[in-house]
Amino acid sequence: MLSIKNLKANIGEKEILRGINLEVKPGEVHAIMGPNGSGKSTLASVLAGREDFEVVGGEVDFQGKDLLDFGPEERAREGVFLAFQYPVEIPGVSTINFMKTALNQVREHRGEEALSAVDFLKVMKEKMELVEISQSLLNRSLNEGFSGGEKKRNEIFQMAMLEPKLSILDETDSGLDIDALRIVANGVNKLKNKDNATIVVTHYQRLLDYIVPDYVHVLYNGRIVKSGTKELALELEEKGYDWIKAEADQQFA
Amino acid sequence: MSKDDQILEEFTQSEYKHGFVTDIEQEFAPKGLNEDIIRFISAKKEEPEWLLEWRLKAFRHWQTLTEPEWPNVDYPKPDFQDLHYYAAPKKKPELESLDQVDPELLDTFKRLGISLEEQKRLSGVKVAVDAVLDSVSVATTFRETLAEQGIIFCSFSEAVKDHPELVKKYLGSVVPYTDNFYAALNSAVFSDGSFAYIPKGVHCPMELSTYFRINAANTGQFERTLIVAEEGSKVSYLEGCTAPQRDENQLHAAVVEIFVEKEADVKYSTVQNWFPGDAEGKGGIYNFVTKRGICNGSHAKLSWTQVETGSAVTWKYPSCVLKGDYSIGEFYSVAVTNNLQQADTGTKMIHIGKNTKSRIVSKGVSAGKSQNSYRGLVKVLKRAEGARNFSQCDSLLMGDQCGAHTFPYIEIDNKTAHVEHEATTSKIGEDQLFYCNQRGIDTEAAVALIVNGYCKEVLNQLPMEFAVEAQKLLALTLEGSVG
Repeated sequence: MLSIKNLKANIGEKEILRGINLEVKPGEVHAIMGPNGSGKSTLASVLAGREDFEVVGGEVDFQGKDLLDFGPEERAREGVFLAFQYPVEIPGVSTINFMKTALNQVREHRGEEALSAVDFLKVMKEKMELVEISQSLLNRSLNEGFSGGEKKRNEIFQMAMLEPKLSILDETDSGLDIDALRIVANGVNKLKNKDNATIVVTHYQRLLDYIVPDYVHVLYNGRIVKSGTKELALELEEKGYDWIKAEADQQFA
Repeated sequence: MSKDDQILEEFTQSEYKHGFVTDIEQEFAPKGLNEDIIRFISAKKEEPEWLLEWRLKAFRHWQTLTEPEWPNVDYPKPDFQDLHYYAAPKKKPELESLDQVDPELLDTFKRLGISLEEQKRLSGVKVAVDAVLDSVSVATTFRETLAEQGIIFCSFSEAVKDHPELVKKYLGSVVPYTDNFYAALNSAVFSDGSFAYIPKGVHCPMELSTYFRINAANTGQFERTLIVAEEGSKVSYLEGCTAPQRDENQLHAAVVEIFVEKEADVKYSTVQNWFPGDAEGKGGIYNFVTKRGICNGSHAKLSWTQVETGSAVTWKYPSCVLKGDYSIGEFYSVAVTNNLQQADTGTKMIHIGKNTKSRIVSKGVSAGKSQNSYRGLVKVLKRAEGARNFSQCDSLLMGDQCGAHTFPYIEIDNKTAHVEHEATTSKIGEDQLFYCNQRGIDTEAAVALIVNGYCKEVLNQLPMEFAVEAQKLLALTLEGSVG
């Protein structure tokens, strides 16, 4: 589904990603872990098409298409979803209105007709229940005055609405208490199926108790320096990142 | 080039969609302005002597005035001797139905998306339209339905003929010809406009609506609107404008007067989309308007809502004189400027009566190299015990080449007054656009979404069908703005 080869990206003159390689197949959950500043969020942003970053090398193939050729909205319509670490406030625009606009543009891209108001509400209601979010929240201005937990839940709701092929969760656990974390993780798990894939970007192992990854990758200094299964996350939790940093520094010295 | 710059670049390239010219035979007054021209206009319109006298007095006063310099706008001053002050379609048939309207005119309205036929057919949503092409009304609909309730809704000229006593009583009572330069000019040369009279206790059963258009090169537009709401009556009046593309600047100096009696409620909504000039700022409309209403009796209410997207230069301050105790004035405004447009707009709330209340919500959106100013006066007179005002003035900037300015004036002569003023300035952020993009929303739709959200509080004040139109208009104005 997703094949990243030697991906390099800069911000300004600064190299952030120095050659990322990653293969993600349908049905898989990959966790990207790593110390602060290792390039985790950058990888998420670059995949979503954020233009602050300049891709200077490598390839990203998504379902047989060159993802790097597409603008952010085309990537989204092709099925790439980014759950933001810091969801953005849009005053005066309700989540419902926002999602209606988004869903209809995505549907148009797929050659489907726009949903009628009634059908849209039906879909919405179903997804609301799935991710345990209240309609009153969805009627409010998008993310404005939302708590940390509400923002993240809203991200997962949007993910449910858009039914992406590839979901990238960028530090979705940050700022969540344990109950909110559980609700968010439950939502993600319910949306998982054999045809879609998830990349969970996180600093802590905690989230991975709830969203169990098939693979864990450690990102350090812009490279994936170690890959393993979920046991690797537990090892990191126990031993911290220093031993990996030491290994990597030696390797790339 | 950063994303913001690209957005700007494309924003400034969106073109005016309603730029076309309808060819309908005109009858012009010769260029220039003098007492003879005023006599010509008055004679053409078969006006009574008192009205001619009033025009002449206004003209003589106008000659003593100079054009105001205080607005925050910069434009070549019009040569008032180089304008036509009268233009009317030659054929002026008595129309029984829309079938009798010049087909070309109907076509023009259709291209603007203002189909009279449709309006009439859709009588479920009853909108009475007094269509003004240039200066003379050519079609008036639904008048009979209104007449059954004693409501008068007609062109200003007809009102002069059929209801001279009302016109004489109220003309100039809210905006005297001595008020300002352009009000004086309008009083001297106004050609036509609309007149609405709502009798005591009557709630007007439909939205009253007038579509103004400017359609003749070099013809100044001097509309005059007079609305009188008697005690306990209620009316919602809609005004919308759009004009064809032109090379020369076109002057528009309208006057709107509204008289609101005790416990009456008037809502005046405007969607204005006049040609703003091309990307170089050439050819746009100059819009110098005096709009004012008086809440004459207690518990009277006057609410102005405006969505301003057009004109090269706008100079407009719909105001409320709150004379009656407990009367209420409201002003809700969205002003969008792009390219080289300049807008200096706002309101005046004059609190005279006791326990009067006013509310001002102004949303400015500036893009391109435009300048957008809010100018508002809140004045509380000595006897206005317990006056209350709340003002909120927000500015949204797109890019770093435009300007947003706020000039609030507050004059308080009564210690019990309670006046609040809030102001914010924000930019459409790359973060917001990326967030929308990441959900599959293209940047154009994203800008429309964000701007409509920002303007929501004002758009909500518009009657439903107008709100939809206004949203479309905002999206259209912002079309092609972003990449």
